[in-house]
Amino acid sequence: MADVELRHGVPETRALGQVVLHPPRGAYRDVVAGLRQEGFTMCVDVTAVDYLTHPGRSGLPPGVAPERFEVVVTLLSFERRERLRLRVQVPEHDPVLDSLYDLHPSSEAPEREVFDMFGVAFEGHPDLTRILMPEDWEGHPLRKDYSVGRIPVQFKAAGAPR
Amino acid sequence: MTSTERVYPGAITSEGAQELAARGASTAAELLREQGSVLRLSEVAAAEQADRAGPEDETMIINMGPQHPSTHGVLRVMLELEGETVLRTKPIMGYLHTGMEKTGEDLTYLQGATNVTRMDYASPFFNELVFSLATEALLEVDIPPRATWIRMLMCELNRISSHFLFLATNGMDLGAISMILYGWRERDMVLQFFEKTTGLRMNHNYVRPGGVAVDLPDGWRDDVLRLLDALPSRLEEYDDLMTGQPIWRGRTQGIGLLTPEEAVALGATGPILRSTGVPWDLRRDLPYLAYDQVDFNVVVGSYGDVFDRYAIRLNEIRESIDIVRQIVDRMPGGDYRVQDRKITPPPRARIDESMEALIHHFKIFTEGFRVPEGEVYVAVESPRGELGCYLVSDGSGKPYRLHIRGPSFYNLQTLPHMMRGGLIPDAVAVISSVDPIMGEVDR
Amino acid sequence: MGRGEGLGGLQHNFLTGNLEAAVKWARRNSMWPATFGLACCAIEMMATGASHFDLSRFGMEVFRASPRQADLMIVAGRVSQKMAPVLRQVYDQMVEPKWVLSMGVCASSGGMFNNYALVQGIDQVVPVDVYAPGCPPNPQTLLHSILTLHELVRTGQILRRPGTGAGIRVDEQGGGERVPVHVATPR
Repeated sequence: MADVELRHGVPETRALGQVVLHPPRGAYRDVVAGLRQEGFTMCVDVTAVDYLTHPGRSGLPPGVAPERFEVVVTLLSFERRERLRLRVQVPEHDPVLDSLYDLHPSSEAPEREVFDMFGVAFEGHPDLTRILMPEDWEGHPLRKDYSVGRIPVQFKAAGAPR
Repeated sequence: MTSTERVYPGAITSEGAQELAARGASTAAELLREQGSVLRLSEVAAAEQADRAGPEDETMIINMGPQHPSTHGVLRVMLELEGETVLRTKPIMGYLHTGMEKTGEDLTYLQGATNVTRMDYASPFFNELVFSLATEALLEVDIPPRATWIRMLMCELNRISSHFLFLATNGMDLGAISMILYGWRERDMVLQFFEKTTGLRMNHNYVRPGGVAVDLPDGWRDDVLRLLDALPSRLEEYDDLMTGQPIWRGRTQGIGLLTPEEAVALGATGPILRSTGVPWDLRRDLPYLAYDQVDFNVVVGSYGDVFDRYAIRLNEIRESIDIVRQIVDRMPGGDYRVQDRKITPPPRARIDESMEALIHHFKIFTEGFRVPEGEVYVAVESPRGELGCYLVSDGSGKPYRLHIRGPSFYNLQTLPHMMRGGLIPDAVAVISSVDPIMGEVDR
Repeated sequence: MGRGEGLGGLQHNFLTGNLEAAVKWARRNSMWPATFGLACCAIEMMATGASHFDLSRFGMEVFRASPRQADLMIVAGRVSQKMAPVLRQVYDQMVEPKWVLSMGVCASSGGMFNNYALVQGIDQVVPVDVYAPGCPPNPQTLLHSILTLHELVRTGQILRRPGTGAGIRVDEQGGGERVPVHVATPR
């Protein structure tokens, strides 16, 4: 793995035949903008992974330091009939990333979902509120340190005689 | 576990900042999005328009859902109205959030299909398929041809039943009440075949990593052919009832317009994207299973309105009938699941004879099989669009992260764009034409 | 019938019976369900109402969109934490007498999703009369549970509701006191 291919100045790897780019946090938005010029016009998916309890990752190229959170963006090119994935490392102590909203408006809802489920904030997002959980919910459920188990009903209503 | 007593105050069902706010309390960027102005206006122009919309006491913010008969489940839409014209729209979701992605991390790969099949409950086979394909990609196993073709058969029949569900509810939402009876009549014919094959009418857990759960039942060919012979004449009835009918056309044509650029920018896929004239179907453009070996047409609209989306789905049923006929003709023999003892449980009869088979059976059903470390994104064309699965494995018997990209989740983002400037009755038509299944929106 | 003539002045035949039986008969045979479709079960609920299974055989095909016109709430599907207040509000808006049918395991117990997001059984939120098992219950199961409910109505009392659940009984009403609900908390 001495020679890592570069694309838009960021390392490119292949995982099971799928193209993966590993942009650093600062360059992430510019890379997506460059790829958009290249024909990757649809942002298909934005999600995140919490690598807190993962025993060891192998897919990262040398030079990319693993962090706790990883935001994963899938782009699609209609002309080239290709998919491309970006994996951005986001540190635990400062979980902030640039929003893709002004490049790909489709990232509006999924970025809110990532914020809701992982607590990763997106700078420049027009309306960063919880999307799936109630507004007064505490914690970010898909984090690995958030337990799956049974929880009390956070139930604001009832009380009226019937 | 301890027990606490909780006394509930009066019913408050507000979701705070997730709701549509008054104009004065919204930023220009928020207004822009709620007006559906992506790619249309600059932020400055939107701010100007916000000023022009007149004093706030002339507009009204109303709430539609989450318990509303025409929001297809528990979608909640907040609308700002001026008279009966929709100015701003904001969909609020999460009322069916089931935590399936979290639960999926606690289930083995064999159990995983049980979990994902409940996401898009109108097309369960597709959920199972995309999860199984992702697992198989990580395992790097090739499944036998018969399993591939059985999967295609079930998926295309499921596409038919899902589109019948759409036709039934779409008709009912727009006042063609008899459509719900007809749509359900045909859908039940398909479901009877599913029940015969998988044992269940919905949520089958039939497509599993490594193949399918059981082989097709005896006489399946006759069942499917009987079904295929009955359906085309029923579709003609739909044409008579709706397609050519002036009221239907008046309610649907030119309503909820979307341009191809907007559809792409908003991540819309499936019939919504195709209704705008973008010929994109993963079955043809990025083929999976054996779709490169069957002939079919990709149905494309030209105006991007509610009628196009209705017509596309109606004609996709015809294409699917065509595909199913080809599958019935060419169904190969052989195994219906991969013969890898580490992945596939042994047949029931072997357990009585062989100690080794018993051990394999026990291991697979208690701790599951291990999947090599890695990550993969796999997508299939569900009746609603691109259904994707992002799967991360840490080498254990359970997924480290399971993410499903539900097409309805993205398709719902087009609502503010399609509703802007329309009337409230058109809003019902637009929601119906998106055909959202909230189970996969909220997961 | 003139004054002072007694029964002798009657022009028509009449039947005698007790009022309670008549009221229960009427309630049982004209039950209007509210649409509370949430998830997979809602699809099966609609299938039950459609022509193949034909819920109208039991006088129940009129699904009301407004809870104020309905006396049976079929909770069809999984109830999330976000939906629970809405469920309670809809239940509160229904007028007495009212019944709740919990359709499917998700509504009855949380089903296979024992996690942070789902209410583990809607009986924490509203009192439930009949639980229909299945994931989703097929239309025959729903029909059976509806007939079970009809039987409960026929054999029950007109003022007292069977079971207590999370709500309060009609005969206890008046004080308007709040009923505590027992909720399990995590370790």
